[in-house]
Amino acid sequence: MTEGRSHSALLELTLARFRLFFREPSALFWTFGFPVILSVALGIAFRNRPPAPVLVDIEDGPGASAMRDALASPGVKALVRAPAVAKGDLRTGKVPLVVVPGDPVAYVFDETRPEARLARAAVDDRLQRTAGRTDPVAVTDERVTEHGARYIDFLIPGLVGLNLMSSSMWGIGYLIVEMRTKRLVKRLLATPMRRTDFLLSFVIMRAMFVLIEVPVLFAFGWLAFGVRIAGSCWLVVAISLLGALTFAGLGLLVASRAENTQTVGGLMNLVMMPMFIGSGVFFATTNFPDAMQPYLRALPLTAVNDALRSVANQGVGVREVMGSMAILAAWGVASFAAALKMFRWL
Amino acid sequence: MCRGLVKKYERGPLALDGLDLEVQVGECFGLLGPNGAGKTTTVEILEGLLEPTAGEVEVLGMRWSSDERALRERLGVSLQETHLPDRLAVREVLTLFRSFFRRGRDPDELLRAVSLVEKAGAFYDKLSGGQKQRLAVACALVGDPELLFLDEPTTGLDPQSRLQLWDVIAEFKRQGRTVLLTTHYMEEAERLCDRVAVVDRGKVIALGSPRELIASLGGQDVIEVTLEGGADAALDPQSVSGLPGVHGVRRTASSFALAVDPLHVALPALVDHLRASGLRLERLATRHATLEDVFVSITGRGLRD
Repeated sequence: MTEGRSHSALLELTLARFRLFFREPSALFWTFGFPVILSVALGIAFRNRPPAPVLVDIEDGPGASAMRDALASPGVKALVRAPAVAKGDLRTGKVPLVVVPGDPVAYVFDETRPEARLARAAVDDRLQRTAGRTDPVAVTDERVTEHGARYIDFLIPGLVGLNLMSSSMWGIGYLIVEMRTKRLVKRLLATPMRRTDFLLSFVIMRAMFVLIEVPVLFAFGWLAFGVRIAGSCWLVVAISLLGALTFAGLGLLVASRAENTQTVGGLMNLVMMPMFIGSGVFFATTNFPDAMQPYLRALPLTAVNDALRSVANQGVGVREVMGSMAILAAWGVASFAAALKMFRWL
Repeated sequence: MCRGLVKKYERGPLALDGLDLEVQVGECFGLLGPNGAGKTTTVEILEGLLEPTAGEVEVLGMRWSSDERALRERLGVSLQETHLPDRLAVREVLTLFRSFFRRGRDPDELLRAVSLVEKAGAFYDKLSGGQKQRLAVACALVGDPELLFLDEPTTGLDPQSRLQLWDVIAEFKRQGRTVLLTTHYMEEAERLCDRVAVVDRGKVIALGSPRELIASLGGQDVIEVTLEGGADAALDPQSVSGLPGVHGVRRTASSFALAVDPLHVALPALVDHLRASGLRLERLATRHATLEDVFVSITGRGLRD
């Protein structure tokens, strides 16, 4: 027999949450392994390459070999092909442009393809210069590669935002419903446990996890791809914490009424799917029509991603991300309030 | 002390139809009845986990509406089929439950009491059915409750695990604490309970100590008779019930069950009667009467029908 609480219930509940997380290999994988694999795969697929030479076909005929010599340069790679082969290459997209020697020289290309227009400009420039054209204005090229402007720089903050969302939804929404179907929630309520302690243990677990998962992902981006955080690391942490709390509220909301794990799974997809696509995780929100922009901007994941990108890529300060933080806070307060009102305990 | 007065509860069909219970301090009270009789509904109302549609509940002199926290500190609850987290170790589960109570028992001492010391570090999903159930009861005991609710504590357990749990419950009772348990095992009710309420269709249909209830049949023993060639119709229950020592006759699908006392008077009388009527026995067996016979004699149905 012991008197007094040996430990605080909140501490024990939070400890239990951590133990259960670290003893579940699949939870560990989805939190850490999956985003790392995704960033490796996408980082390789969309890596920045040195500018490739323009590939063109020259239709075989009188003047074809002279044309090949005229075009020979580091920027252009031209091959002489039979007319039928050249047409085939153009149609299948192997080359963006076919040159037909003669007078006048004919360029065959699809004007709607940007790389075809680039090829035409490069080939024409080379051809005219070889023929003796002189440029009236002298120019020099200064080539730079900006950090923060590559696809991987865009991607890493998006993956961090995505992870904040899915970890909170799974780690809170799904888990609570699973505990409910196993009658564990009911069992806990049959003790003097405070209901707020129970819910707080989930929120604390998520908040503490942000401090692990966000640094791990950014550290990985930095080590593997040289992705840098241009702005304040503390601001990144603050945005991530606010995002995690907001999504914790949404997770609680989807869990508040769901009777079984199928229902909550469906609800979670309903909430997360639009944000997977529309919140600028893999590609910029600006790809969507203007009419949709205000709605997409109002989504919590868009707010997290925008804020993280502005700080990590452009190095902006607190004032510039205030708008995004306000959107997040509004979602967080609204979803917690709704969840607590609707929550079905028994 | 737990005094549940009248509880009506409605969900689809009437689950509890004006059920009255009064449990005394220090007794082990059993709710006995078939599945769907309303046993679980009754205990969950008493545990404050379900709202009664009508009626009043008073537990330890308090009411759920006004004294929920104080009550929870003094009750121990084991639900029917609770699934604890698979990846928590036995001692971790007990420590977690202990943290919810202001005062309670030391988890290690409790592990000894329920014979789970060597499993203290084992994950929940590695436990046998009996070990899981003992852990569930330990979780109910960890707040050192005055009143313990056990909903079908031994359902689905092997005989040895059942005996171990009975010891745990008997030990709790020995300290003068109160137990309310539900079961559909007659033997369990007869072994553990001071008093039993037989519940059927949301009502208490019999109440008393197991001995009293069995005595109400009129006989301590039962003779089961099956006649050759399905000639049951030829046996007149009226004439049989008039035989010396026979206190009740009940027909089942293919046989008769007679409540008799004393057996040594009733048995020869029955055999003589059958011979005189020209009926031949296919099978005859005698056994002690059980609470099952009480249930069947009141409702005409078996407990597990």
